[in-house]
Amino acid sequence: MKPAPFSYERPRDLDAALSMLAASTGSAKIIAGGQSLGPMLNLRLVQPELIVDISGLAELKRAEVSGGELVLGALVTHADIEDGRTADVTRGAMRAVAANIAYRAVRNRGTIGGSLSHADPAADWVSALAALGARVTLRSLTGARTMAIQAFVVGALESALRAGEIVEAVHVPTRTVSSHWGYAKSCRKTGEFAHAIGAVLVDPAAASARVVIGAIDTTPIVVTDAAELFGGRIAADYKQRFDVSVADALLTKAGIDDAAQRHIHVSVLKRAVLEAAA
Amino acid sequence: MKEGADLRNEREFPSGSSGQGVGARLPRKEDDRLMRGRGQYVADIRLAGLHDVAFVRSPLAHARIRGIHVPEHHRGSVFTAADLVGIKPIRAVSGLPGFKISEQPVLATGKVRQVGELVAMCLAPTRAEAEDIAASVTLDLEELPAITDMLKAREPGSALVHEHWGDNVFLETNYEVDISAAFDAPIKVTREISTARQCMSPLEGRGVVATFDRRLDQLTLHSAAQMPHITRSGLAECLDMEEGRIRVISPDVGGGFGHKGILLPEEVCLSWLTMQRGHPVRWIEDRREHLVASSNCREHHYKITLYADRDGTLRGIDCEATVDSGAYSSYPFSACLEAAQVASILPGPYKMPAYRCRTFSVATNKCPILPYRGVARTGVCFALELMLDLVAAEAGLEPGEVRLRNLVLPEQMPFDNITRKHFDSGDYPEAMRRALAAIDIDSIRVRQREGEADGRRIGVGISIYCEQAAHGTSVYAGWGIPMVPGHEQASARLTPDGGLELRVGVHSHGQGLETTLAQVAHEMLGIDVAKIRIILGDTAMTPYSTGTWGSRSMVMAGGAVATACRELGERARRIGAKLLQHDPAAVVLQNGEVRGVNGSVSLKAIAHTWYRRPQDLPADVDPGGLEVTQGYKPVRDSGTFSYAAHAALVAVDPDLGEVEILDYVIVEDGGVLVNPLVVDGQIYGGLAQGIGTALYEEMPFDASGQPLATTLADYLLPGPTEVPAARLDHMETPSPYTQFGVKGIGEGGAIAPPAAIANAVNDALRPLGVEMMQSPITPHRVVAAVLAARAAERSAA
Repeated sequence: MKPAPFSYERPRDLDAALSMLAASTGSAKIIAGGQSLGPMLNLRLVQPELIVDISGLAELKRAEVSGGELVLGALVTHADIEDGRTADVTRGAMRAVAANIAYRAVRNRGTIGGSLSHADPAADWVSALAALGARVTLRSLTGARTMAIQAFVVGALESALRAGEIVEAVHVPTRTVSSHWGYAKSCRKTGEFAHAIGAVLVDPAAASARVVIGAIDTTPIVVTDAAELFGGRIAADYKQRFDVSVADALLTKAGIDDAAQRHIHVSVLKRAVLEAAA
Repeated sequence: MKEGADLRNEREFPSGSSGQGVGARLPRKEDDRLMRGRGQYVADIRLAGLHDVAFVRSPLAHARIRGIHVPEHHRGSVFTAADLVGIKPIRAVSGLPGFKISEQPVLATGKVRQVGELVAMCLAPTRAEAEDIAASVTLDLEELPAITDMLKAREPGSALVHEHWGDNVFLETNYEVDISAAFDAPIKVTREISTARQCMSPLEGRGVVATFDRRLDQLTLHSAAQMPHITRSGLAECLDMEEGRIRVISPDVGGGFGHKGILLPEEVCLSWLTMQRGHPVRWIEDRREHLVASSNCREHHYKITLYADRDGTLRGIDCEATVDSGAYSSYPFSACLEAAQVASILPGPYKMPAYRCRTFSVATNKCPILPYRGVARTGVCFALELMLDLVAAEAGLEPGEVRLRNLVLPEQMPFDNITRKHFDSGDYPEAMRRALAAIDIDSIRVRQREGEADGRRIGVGISIYCEQAAHGTSVYAGWGIPMVPGHEQASARLTPDGGLELRVGVHSHGQGLETTLAQVAHEMLGIDVAKIRIILGDTAMTPYSTGTWGSRSMVMAGGAVATACRELGERARRIGAKLLQHDPAAVVLQNGEVRGVNGSVSLKAIAHTWYRRPQDLPADVDPGGLEVTQGYKPVRDSGTFSYAAHAALVAVDPDLGEVEILDYVIVEDGGVLVNPLVVDGQIYGGLAQGIGTALYEEMPFDASGQPLATTLADYLLPGPTEVPAARLDHMETPSPYTQFGVKGIGEGGAIAPPAAIANAVNDALRPLGVEMMQSPITPHRVVAAVLAARAAERSAA
């Protein structure tokens, strides 16, 4: 379990990193915390010719609130968020999610940008940030583009990143005071990847709800206007109105044929709803 | 010791007030080294000129090899079966009638029969470079149908793992006593029960460093192995070398559990390679190789019927058991030990008037199955104890009541059961009663009626077993496998400064033998355990032994150490008497001194005189000196029977399928415990592995024979948060047959948890009409069963 040979570069600024990626004629991989890429390299599941280590890029470690949103540089670690070293606009939602990602050792090194780039459907940020309505900025030598998380994760281990592009920052909108947040997951054991994730952001005052069913075999099911899951309207009684059959139908539509799997997903989502309403 | 000789339960040499002898909760001596990261494992060995090996392994479960293509520039660094001239395949033959022989070539020839089978060996200065070479080798394979389902493999017309056999059955056995007498029983319960294929998961994997010493004309193989002497015998056979030309050194070993109890093809390959190349070579098993290629365990299937009376009295068991033995018979335990053991131990600790068991050891395109901690007992206990709960449900009785009605009673001990197992001693019902009281079954029943506020369902489960350990000559001679344990030997040497060196052929891979054997020696000689060194794991330094397996080391090596120390003490006593100018009959050895009426002389002074001032010895002193090798066998070699009752309280979430262990109680009896602290550790470790079997560990295969859990992200092991703080209660019934009355205890912790936990889950879910009869009990299996039960209820309504 040793990686195939590769070249290694550790640029000092973002432009240098982007130039290296642009100049790379063959396959290149970006490494930050290495918590997913490391094992994949060792198992030779990926055999890049070049590894660009971005862990020295100070501009990707920034975290600041601006224009009503939190902008987190791609190199912010899960532990940074867990420990409150970054500002929070989600009223504790992100901090709670971060605290339950894998193990502390993973959280110390693993980064939010890396987690999104890896696009594992079972990763917490993929579901949680979609529910929070976050967006991601991608940068290359030729410019930058921004898109919603659910547009960025296009399949299992598949993101919208193009060659030469890097996740620069994550933009998290400020959570309203009137909103309710619920996040639940089921893991076989502490620290393992979840086999079901449910995330809900409900604002009864605004009659809006975002719902995510994650850790399915493909991209999470993101329902940005989730009234259908609550009998057609979002109101204070949304807990009672939560309709498991609609959730079940969404999962069937997403190709999950196994009834027990669907039942676990729906049950986890129901927990998230109950947590939000608690 | 001969049959009929005096039993030796009494402590002949009291350890006095030192608190270091038999029974002392002494912290482990070896932990100072191991816990500071100063252990020396195979992967820590550095030799000049060391090169690394990586293997090309079969990517297919079953295929004919049409060609192996090595790039031109790597020729000379890649070796295949064609290069290994004169190397014999590994053969582990059982003498049981009808056993079919498999030959495992150390590098594949003709066919590959499992994913991960060794095809070519690649040599380079580093492992990474060796893996690069391995990646450049291409195999031309003609895929054959994979045999992955042991039950289908038994059917006529199945594809064959070993064509010349004509079927896929290593061995079929039949055992029957009066089964027809049970047929009129009013209660008859039949089920199919299965345990998943698992991987033994020591922290340290296998590893080999091989080198050849030209001066000694000797191959030295460093290997992470439980049984270095057996490894040497097996190597000598495969390499066609004299045993004296081979030295096997097994340094610190990070857990064994059975995984390190076989001769590996890698050991043979690297031995050949170092002799060809003239420099040291190394292979360190990585976790993927460990999970996929080396060995698996535990895959059993039972079709079982229990017969009982209305009051819960068992009338008989009728069973057909199948074990997936994998592609090859492993050396030395063979492919049939597991299934044959099922037949001999299925009646458990119970009185059983009628019994029939048919077993099949089936060859499949999977890696070989090995006896894992508890061997067949974990599966047997799972099958039998789940069935006993069903009998209890049928009879309308508490599960504990059914056990108490059928357990062998203390006044019946020693007891010969229906499969002629000789239970040496113990009070099985008392263990069960204590477990029921400790888990507080009455309060749990009240709580169950009240229900849980969080919507989960709670359940209580119990299980009990007895475990034959330290199997002796008479037991193993019957299996007819390459290894039969005889007298266990130990060497004891008093050093000139009064210290003690003990050489034993068993090995310690977490068992704490460097401490516990020193305690035994201290008990006999009174020497401070700090001055007692235990030398293990080296065929050049230790007496021959079958090694450490089957919970035998304390019974056998402990007995041998005591015997050798007794003789050493006797010689020292006679020298001491002369130095004290006493009649030998008038002096005693006590607390490290020889004492007479006019004074005493220390063992240290006696040793100093013998080695350094022989001029002070009388002319007629015993020339035998202060170095002794003695052999030991218990008075009866049919094995000790330790036993334990386990009780689990669980909470099950029927919607998520999650199982949480709320409380866990173990009442065990391992006879006289040399070090109860070490035994506690053994039991906690076994419990963790038992929880793994119950809830987490599974190596699934797809239809083409691909193993699907190839990393620890897919093969789940319980961690600290999944293992509850169990409550332990020790009973202490001495074995009448062993030194100090000790019994083997090392494996026991891993035997009963799957049954206790499954019974608890079933107790929780029975009102929903759910029954879990398969390990591990995963969330998906629980939810699927709950949904199926709901659907059945709806269709019935």
